[in-house]
Amino acid sequence: MDRRELLKMIASATGVAMVGMPAFVLAQAPVAQAAAGFTAEEVALLDEIAEAIIPRTDTPGAKDADVGAFMARFVTDCYSPEDRAAFRAGLVDLDQRAGGSFMVLPAADRLQLLTGLDRTAREQARDAWVAADGAGSGVHWFTMIKQLAIFSFFTSKLGATEVLRYDPVPGHYDGDLPYEPGTPAWATR
Amino acid sequence: MANNHYDAIVVGSGISGGWAAKELAEKGLKVLMLERGRNIEHIKDYVNAGKEAWDYPYRNVPTQAMKQAHPVLRRDYPLSESTDGMWADETECPYVETKRFDWFRGYHVGGRSLMWGRQSYRFSQLDFEANAREGIAVDWPIRYEDLAPWYDHVETFAGIAGTVEGLDVLPDGKFLPPVPLNVVEKDVAARIRKAFGGSRHMIHSRTANITEPRPEQGRANCQYRNKCILGCPYGAYFSTQSATLPAAMQTGNLTLRPFSIVKEVLYDKDRKRARGVEIIDAETGQTYQYTASVIFLNASAFNSTWVLMNSATDVWEGGLGSSSGELGHNVMDHHFEVGAQGIVDGYEDRYYSGRRPCGFYIPRFRNVGDDRRGYLRGFGYQGGADRQGWSRAVAELGIGAGLKDALATPGEWTIGMTAFGEILPYHDNTIRLDRGTQDKWGLPVLAMDVSIRDNERAMRKDMAADAAEMLEAAGVRDVRTYDGNPVPGRAIHEMGTARMGRDPKTSVLNGHNQVWDAPNVYVTDGACMTSASCVNPSLTYMALTARAADHAVRELKAGNL
Repeated sequence: MDRRELLKMIASATGVAMVGMPAFVLAQAPVAQAAAGFTAEEVALLDEIAEAIIPRTDTPGAKDADVGAFMARFVTDCYSPEDRAAFRAGLVDLDQRAGGSFMVLPAADRLQLLTGLDRTAREQARDAWVAADGAGSGVHWFTMIKQLAIFSFFTSKLGATEVLRYDPVPGHYDGDLPYEPGTPAWATR
Repeated sequence: MANNHYDAIVVGSGISGGWAAKELAEKGLKVLMLERGRNIEHIKDYVNAGKEAWDYPYRNVPTQAMKQAHPVLRRDYPLSESTDGMWADETECPYVETKRFDWFRGYHVGGRSLMWGRQSYRFSQLDFEANAREGIAVDWPIRYEDLAPWYDHVETFAGIAGTVEGLDVLPDGKFLPPVPLNVVEKDVAARIRKAFGGSRHMIHSRTANITEPRPEQGRANCQYRNKCILGCPYGAYFSTQSATLPAAMQTGNLTLRPFSIVKEVLYDKDRKRARGVEIIDAETGQTYQYTASVIFLNASAFNSTWVLMNSATDVWEGGLGSSSGELGHNVMDHHFEVGAQGIVDGYEDRYYSGRRPCGFYIPRFRNVGDDRRGYLRGFGYQGGADRQGWSRAVAELGIGAGLKDALATPGEWTIGMTAFGEILPYHDNTIRLDRGTQDKWGLPVLAMDVSIRDNERAMRKDMAADAAEMLEAAGVRDVRTYDGNPVPGRAIHEMGTARMGRDPKTSVLNGHNQVWDAPNVYVTDGACMTSASCVNPSLTYMALTARAADHAVRELKAGNL
């Protein structure tokens, strides 16, 4: 399969390489770091967005795991300046779409707004990757937020140990165990 | 100067240096092992061995600042929070890329034996005969039977988990019980065996992780944490620290000196022998000389050659071993990052526990027996099957509780394999000294001029297609091949530049790894390799080192050195 087909395959699964991860930035030249901290209000906003993506159910959710604070740290120090700018512009866009402030929206309206954005982002990712043969990033800002929220939650101690299953020292390998549907996946590979 | 004399000096403390020190010290020689970097004490200094993603500020992802500081390491997995400080700093120790070459080095006690991939396979007779049969480069001066007893020797001590398969192309060894295959891998292996009439084999990885405890070595068996690269507090994988260094220390014959950058081998042109080495103390910048009857260069392939290039330049402009015209030539690596993957249906009710340090292996089958391809040599595959985790894309789910529930449970079974192919020894794939560029200590650096050629490119078509063919034959769904742009060095299997041979006019080393022009200097790391095979090379360095150490001690006793 050639590169184009591989990219189509990735796009059709809606996945794009996670922004900020090493494989994604491999070809980029190093760039100067600008100070770009997030305010407490912005962290609270990230918490609420992340909670809509990964809500508390009978297990802990994004806010329980302080996902907003980690997202802010990751965007500040691991994103390229371009990606960071796009991420921030997205937060502004979100407030505009919310009629001024996402934070004042009722929960149902938040979910509706984010669900619509998620659908748009997935369609855009697919179209952009196929059109650009993967060369353009084509990553919608909501995709950045969604993938970072998922990463931040499942790599947190709470997500890994209380939502997923974690065993620090397995001691053995069993390669053929029965799996009961609905039981958690292993947190680490 | 009395306390600066030893029977033997070993330059480097990685996989081959550790073996040289152990073998020489156990045979009664007083040994000085010189390591250019800092010490890393077994267990105590494995500072991240117990950490998980949430213990790192950025969950083990490098920051922009780290990437800026490490323009080479950022090209692949070496740049991470968990291994920060474990890979050589390209700013302190630069090199010149005449063509892009990814060079990942371990400048500390233990070298890359701490971070290595642990895959351990013997070269076969096919490998040792290939150059002569095909008229490529020069003939190996040894054959499989010369090395077989030494493979036995090093496997027995290091501890290699694996299975006896009876394949000529991948000779069996002294194995501990294997790391298990999982249910999907076992079934795929059986289907491949059937589909290809027994001509292709998916077998257990042969890995230097012990699957039985070894109290006599102070080593516990593998705990299936898959954190080997951080240093194993159980001593479950072979490294200098877990295995060869304690054995060497136990003899009372070994002195280890970290922060010792060997500048050159001191050469006595009247006796045609080395008399010692000169070092720079990496901390103080002071220069010291140490003398010895025999010297082992185990500084890693390119750095052993760097030492030779800087030695005896008053006799040979190109350095010790350059009279052959081959010093610095014939660079090899393995080319990889090509293969296939797919999805396996029918095992949704099966799962596993534990995290393995390896998976399966498919030995070379191309250009073996009656098979003839339009290129020379061949390739093997490393791979594994597992169920997808939370990082998978879930196309049909948006956001909310449904997404969370789905990502919190295991996804589909996937299986993938990556091919590792042989690179031929091309005379004009070279490293040379660039005297215009200096490292932190004012020493000249290496310039790499290495490229992948037509033979490798032709091979890569099979490396991708054969992987897909096997997976499809085994009933794997949505099989996709991939082929990254091959960049030399990325396999971290650099070899050649001081090859063994039968003739001093065309090789740097003889059949016992002695420099033709200085028989008391042995080079037994990747530099010595005459061809690359397609299997991971470290086990062969171990065997060659043990064999050379045995030779050196006998020659020393016979008064020949």
